[in-house]
Amino acid sequence: MVRSLLPTILQTLLHGLTVLLLPPLLPGLIAKTKALMAGRQGPPVLQLYYDLAKLARKRAVFSRTTSWVFLAGPVGGVAAGLAASCLVPFGHTPAPVSFEGDVILFAYLFGLARFLTILSALDTGSSFEGMGAAREATFSALAEPALFLGFAALAKATSSLSLGTMLVFPGSLATRFTGPLILILAGWVIVYLAENSRIPVDDPNTHLELTMIHEVMVLDHSGRPFALVLYGASLKLLVLGALILTPALPRAAQAWQNWLVFYLALGGLAVGVGLVESSMARFRMTKVPQFLVAGVLATGFAFLLMLV
Amino acid sequence: MKLYLLALLAAAASGVPGLWMRRRGGEVAVGLLGLAGVLGLGASLAVLSGGPGGSFALRTASLGTPGLLVVDPVAAFFAIPVLVLAFCGALYGLGYWEGRRGNTPALRLVYGLLVACLVLLVAASHILVFLLAWEGMAIAAFLLVMAEDREAETRRAGWIYLVATHTGTLFLFGAFALLARTTGQSGFAALPVGLAATGAGTALFALFLLGFGFKAGVLPLHFWLPPAHAAAPSHVSALMSGVLLKMGILGLVRFLSWVPDPPLWWGGVLVALGALSGLLGVAFALGQHDLKRLLAYHSIENIGIILLGLGLGTLGKSLGNPVMQTLGYAGALLHVLNHSLFKGLLFLSAGAVLHATGTRDLERLGGLGQRMPWTSGAFLVGSWAICGLPPLNGFVSEWLIYLGAFRGLGLGRQAWPVVILLSLALIGALALACFAKAFAAVFLGLPRTGAGAHAHEAPRVMLLPMGVLALACLAIGVAPLLLMPALGRVADALGPAAGAGLSSLGGLGAISGVALALGLLALLLWRWLRPVPQAGDLPTWDCGYAAPDARMEYTASSFADGLVRGLRWALWPVVHRPKVSGWFPRPSRYESQVPDPVLDRAATPSLRLTVKGAALLRVAQGGALPVYLLYVLLTLLVLLVWMVA
Repeated sequence: MVRSLLPTILQTLLHGLTVLLLPPLLPGLIAKTKALMAGRQGPPVLQLYYDLAKLARKRAVFSRTTSWVFLAGPVGGVAAGLAASCLVPFGHTPAPVSFEGDVILFAYLFGLARFLTILSALDTGSSFEGMGAAREATFSALAEPALFLGFAALAKATSSLSLGTMLVFPGSLATRFTGPLILILAGWVIVYLAENSRIPVDDPNTHLELTMIHEVMVLDHSGRPFALVLYGASLKLLVLGALILTPALPRAAQAWQNWLVFYLALGGLAVGVGLVESSMARFRMTKVPQFLVAGVLATGFAFLLMLV
Repeated sequence: MKLYLLALLAAAASGVPGLWMRRRGGEVAVGLLGLAGVLGLGASLAVLSGGPGGSFALRTASLGTPGLLVVDPVAAFFAIPVLVLAFCGALYGLGYWEGRRGNTPALRLVYGLLVACLVLLVAASHILVFLLAWEGMAIAAFLLVMAEDREAETRRAGWIYLVATHTGTLFLFGAFALLARTTGQSGFAALPVGLAATGAGTALFALFLLGFGFKAGVLPLHFWLPPAHAAAPSHVSALMSGVLLKMGILGLVRFLSWVPDPPLWWGGVLVALGALSGLLGVAFALGQHDLKRLLAYHSIENIGIILLGLGLGTLGKSLGNPVMQTLGYAGALLHVLNHSLFKGLLFLSAGAVLHATGTRDLERLGGLGQRMPWTSGAFLVGSWAICGLPPLNGFVSEWLIYLGAFRGLGLGRQAWPVVILLSLALIGALALACFAKAFAAVFLGLPRTGAGAHAHEAPRVMLLPMGVLALACLAIGVAPLLLMPALGRVADALGPAAGAGLSSLGGLGAISGVALALGLLALLLWRWLRPVPQAGDLPTWDCGYAAPDARMEYTASSFADGLVRGLRWALWPVVHRPKVSGWFPRPSRYESQVPDPVLDRAATPSLRLTVKGAALLRVAQGGALPVYLLYVLLTLLVLLVWMVA
């Protein structure tokens, strides 16, 4: 009994450590890729770790307009992200918590984080943050159907409702990459870029421009709350990344091989996002809904293909 | 049964002492309603816990068959929100209404009568009792809506409500007449197998759907709902939205429970209506500036979610798929309870805002969170729950429906489950946007007018009921598993073994676990943030403006603008946008409204046309007696000629 439990505990421990320690690496990798593509040297890959350490020691500035709701955004974002991270399998290593219907909880935990972030932005009374919050609410209404249609297609393909099994697409790697899976992943990559406020939807590097969504919502955060915001954003990169990577990864026999594959894929994803960001410009705001609708259509077609 | 009858009596009598008691009438009424609540809840819980003698009946020899009143699990389940909200509303009314107006004793009396009618209605098992209670409920609610009848808007809302509810009742008369003819009984009884697929079955379904749809506020029969909810006193709005609408659902549940073999298309119709109500309800809510109207449109949305669940369950029943049936019906029923809790909470906190500021207009509020921390907390809990976000109760019921729909996907080429999934996902995202807008416009940022700046926290007697409802929302969200055995018994009424397997849903326990983990994490992070040293008293950094004020804030309308514009093909917003021109333009106003499509664009114009048409006939009605005598004579002559020929 102890013997069979031990690896599970180890896996869970590793899962937890990955969630806690790894996320800040991803924005660093993206930034490094972008810098290299642009012929610059760029900040060190570990820059976000330094930033977080610095912010954790800093005093915070609170506007006199704000109330406790202002802190609910950062707290809720990280808490919901951590809770969601327990539900998603990292590659082909099982998630610590898995049950029938966890996929819905997973999606709604991100909804919760979004709700609190929006409220916390509106708490400042700043018109810029209001603008960002309104855009976040508007665009997420389009991202949600894409996410759920993808889930529906996967549920149909695997007759399962648990992330742990439904993301594990049946068949070997070569036979898996047929129409539906490619369409699902294409739709979800759009959702991924939008949800993580990446180019071409949003630009996380500008902090004061009228065409921004997410960054403008956290304009007034500083010190420790801002550290939580930054960590929460990188956590989202990791957790949603695991969601799109898992169906596309090969399955290895050994646990350590699975972990290795997952880490490599995660790095690859970050580099990929960096490449996308270096190779294209941000859309005009009016184009964003069309981009998201493309995601809905892709997952919708995937679902239709599953029916026939 | 005795307990239940005593509860009925206590509720009915609650307003009576107040008629002659000058001082303590309100407290007595609250006490009696509390007593009714304790007695009624005792009776209901006894039935729901499946104790011996699960259902009580009151029989009379003369009326024969099954009995007049039966407290079965369905009745017991629907009685819970009635009793809880009735008590909370009455208590709240002490602070909200008492002493404000002259007609307090009358309001109290009618409120008690309404509660009694509702208690009677849920347990009615005889057509006559049901219709009498139904009519009593409708009239009592009309009187309550008319509480502030000095205002023209209220009178209009009241009349619209009265017309709508009676139109619905008319359909019910037809439906019950047909039912009595087909079953040969005047009590509630199951339909014979095979009837549902015939013409009579179709007629029954259509009539009941229309009759109960009016009460439940199913789109497009919802048009009475927003004005009535906005005009009624807030504790009455809470009762109307939380409980009264659910009587339409109760009716549908009763009807579905009599049908052993619903045709497949019934479920489809229910799902389609649910998707329509849900999506358009929340879309219209996004366009509203009036806080209580916004909440009323969200009631339509939630009725839509309930219908999606009922439709899913019915599809499962027709297909012989127990999983869809169980999860759909259980989700719908749980959402009935959940919605009554969080919508009651939202209406009560909206009432506290109205009480404190005297306005329901979102564009005139703002910044109330610092002055009314408890009310804002209550409203936040309500918003959180209604958006279906974990770990509150709204999530659990939506989760059940989602799960059922996902499971239904596995069944061949069924299109309905994916309709349900997509509707729920979109409704959830839009509701989130709408409640972020409502909460922020009222409680966050800076006060936009003096009304908001001089607000005061609601008195304790108003806060207490809000606290009770908020705790109930949290309790169901964190420990849903405890509710499942009772819910299973209620769902059983809707089909053979519909409640089977609910308690073994592993996810419910895991949801509790995740909820606790979420709370713990939030607490830890909060502790880490709290002692952060603060850097002085500073304004919001608004890109260099030294004195940001409320006029620069994002308003509720601007927040929702993107979505409303995206949905303009459905909403048809009316926008007044004066053209700004010249070097020194004059001050200008921008205005946008989202009128109700059915009431403002269809019902009112067509009725006006009818009245105009009727005016043409007035030529014949001159008021002169000789002319009328001439009509009689002519009629007799025509009849004579006809008979001879």
